[in-house]
Amino acid sequence: MPIEVNGKTYETDEEGYLANLSDWSEEVASAMAEVDGTSLDENHWEVINFLREYYEEYQIAPAVRVLTKAIGKKLGPDKGNSKYLYELFPYGPAKQACKYAGLPKPTGCV
Amino acid sequence: MSEPWEEEGPGEIRKFMYVNRKAPYGTIYALESLEVVLIAAAFEQDVSMVFMDDGVFQIKKGQDTGQIGMKNFSPTYRALEGYDVEKLYVEAESLSERGLSEDDLLVPVEVMSRDAIARLMDEQDVILSF
Repeated sequence: MPIEVNGKTYETDEEGYLANLSDWSEEVASAMAEVDGTSLDENHWEVINFLREYYEEYQIAPAVRVLTKAIGKKLGPDKGNSKYLYELFPYGPAKQACKYAGLPKPTGCV
Repeated sequence: MSEPWEEEGPGEIRKFMYVNRKAPYGTIYALESLEVVLIAAAFEQDVSMVFMDDGVFQIKKGQDTGQIGMKNFSPTYRALEGYDVEKLYVEAESLSERGLSEDDLLVPVEVMSRDAIARLMDEQDVILSF
């Protein structure tokens, strides 16, 4: 289902992931969150920005276990744990945060 | 009932070896192998990867796929460490036959002789060849 932001339409796949990574902007991310009935605060953005940096470096969206560990390394154990990340992204931190970050669905996620 | 963030134990750990023999582009084998390794890493098995024959080109530095219209997935090999896949073996003969050395590779590996790799293969429970 395509997503509309400020009068522009962006292609997505059937699960709402952006078809073109280059279409991403903060406005698009916020619009996606709105569709899911939520809004993004600074804690969400911290994870989203982390994911975008991870993808830039490794060209993949990390599995949730790897994301959790890497967040812990960078932001500390208070944030690098599944409970914290699931509270921020109840649909699954890797899945949902990757979607808002404009990345493809993590490899191995079904 | 367990919560989604509670991890289950790994059960019996088996030795899985993924053998990569083909050049990275031109066929889908290299990318498929890499994806299978990344997925299987979640099952906490004893995973190793071997690069031999033209497979050594998969982890060569400085890949540029701009002209062939394929994604350069070589940076992803550097993510393997984060997936706890740290046993990467390269066959020495395959490197030298192609004029390559360990310095040409984009991830830390252990270079081993053909004989040593054969012995390592003997120790595996499962070998998947790509």
